[in-house]
Amino acid sequence: MNPFRPPSPSLRFIPVWRRNFLVWRKLAVPSLLGNLADPMIYMLGLGYGLGALLPEVGGVRYIAFLAAGAACFSTLNAATFEALYSAFSRMQVQRSWDAILNTPLSLDDLLLGELVWAASKAALSGAAILAVTAALGLIDSPLALWALPLVFLAGLAFAALGLIVTALAPGYDFFMYYFTLFITPMALISGVFFPVEQLPAALQAVSRVLPLSHAVELVRPLFRGEVPAAAATHVAVLSGYALAAFWLALGLARRRLLK
Amino acid sequence: MEPLSIRGLHKSFGGPAVLAGLTFALRPGECYGLLGPNGAGKTTTLRCALGLTRPDGGEIRLAGLPVPERAREARARVGIVPQMDNLDPDFTVAENLLVYGRYFGLADRAVRARIPQLLDFAGLAGRAEAKISTLSGGMKRRLTLARALVNDPDLLFLDEPTTGLDPQARHLIWERLKQLLAQGKTVLLTTHFMDEAERLCHRLAILDRGRLIAEGSPREVIAAHIEPEVIEVYGEPGEMSAAAWARDEAAQFATRVELAGETAFCYVTESRPLLRHLADRRGLRYLHRPANLEDVFLKLTGRDLRD
Repeated sequence: MNPFRPPSPSLRFIPVWRRNFLVWRKLAVPSLLGNLADPMIYMLGLGYGLGALLPEVGGVRYIAFLAAGAACFSTLNAATFEALYSAFSRMQVQRSWDAILNTPLSLDDLLLGELVWAASKAALSGAAILAVTAALGLIDSPLALWALPLVFLAGLAFAALGLIVTALAPGYDFFMYYFTLFITPMALISGVFFPVEQLPAALQAVSRVLPLSHAVELVRPLFRGEVPAAAATHVAVLSGYALAAFWLALGLARRRLLK
Repeated sequence: MEPLSIRGLHKSFGGPAVLAGLTFALRPGECYGLLGPNGAGKTTTLRCALGLTRPDGGEIRLAGLPVPERAREARARVGIVPQMDNLDPDFTVAENLLVYGRYFGLADRAVRARIPQLLDFAGLAGRAEAKISTLSGGMKRRLTLARALVNDPDLLFLDEPTTGLDPQARHLIWERLKQLLAQGKTVLLTTHFMDEAERLCHRLAILDRGRLIAEGSPREVIAAHIEPEVIEVYGEPGEMSAAAWARDEAAQFATRVELAGETAFCYVTESRPLLRHLADRRGLRYLHRPANLEDVFLKLTGRDLRD
């Protein structure tokens, strides 16, 4: 049977999500600190340090500009780490997936559970940045709350891309390629740290097809209290990434695990 | 209804056939053993039976349902103790059972109510809050067995359940399996320990190269495939070579002689002539015993290593 047949998941993905949530709850404090510390250092260090040297960027103070980027970047990082290292541990090292596949769950359910879990964790990271930004007095419109479902959607796209890598990975070392060749370049040209307009035209064209830049295009106006332009397009692109990448990741995982 | 029936199962992974027309069926309430050297197809058979591997041909019914078409529903009625421990290291003993129960769609309350009983059965009473890393190998196996019972299955698959355990731990597992059989559960057991198979299995099958080459009760299999008695003959170093003796003299006393290194295995129906002969021979030691399942296994699958 073709491993790349369409996904047919069911609500049985929920116990997988709950399993991961239970583990997370036990480690919630260090995990939250870890989720927050990294983007915080970027945001406050670059925001205040670099921001002091810069006039306004994109019409706002640099730290306010950076906050929206940092929310998306931390969503990207949280989703990617969960879909790569954590999911790989459960698949290959702890053999938790083997145990789960012996129950009425299918691989489709299992992988969907991992996807939604990674996106949930990612959304939490994004939400934490939103909360800190609000606490710093850099947000003054409730419209910013729309960022929450959108970082969840972005989390789905980033996690699904990560699951493709996990389904292919022979070991943990493999993940370095993904970070060096995809995640870092994407973070640098998607408008997280500076406006995409600063880039040469060719790089701007590349940027336009990357999921992170669509997330940034949605979240940044919302942080400023504005409705994003072409919101439907950005949502459609992120959804498309999430669906296509999940389909591919599932096909690869079926090929790997259901031989 | 047969708990599991497999007919004409074929599977290859590109190379030579791993399963080549395998056929067998379990009867309700029995312990059925699948024996075979490494690579004989035991694990592939189990994976096919659970719908995790799609066979190239053949028919499988698990708990009365066709597999892989309705494997999900069928798996809901089966408990599995895998070869490799895959308990959740992040959870306590009780959480492992609770979380596993959720995969079967069981309510937390229902599982929580069963946990004391399951832990009691596993000899882990009072350990509900223990971390997995603090458990011994035997305790982990017993917890895995308890986990396989969380959905109260009628049929259990046990894939080498006692590999790596000390004798005390093995005996405890055997006792628990007998209890489960006494409750009317059906067990499919794979093992490399012939004494385990002889002790537990009502019937067993020996698999080699994806085919079933012997089937029956342990006694039947022994009676059908091998002479009833074995005399193992060893040479005393520096005095006499068992190999030389086996070559020159053994044939007149034994129906069949197998040489493995410096040991001659003489299979006999009438042992007295050989015993008389050995009593007079200096430089040879021997051990006289009834033939067992291991003799049959080695006869049918050969003494060559299979890795």
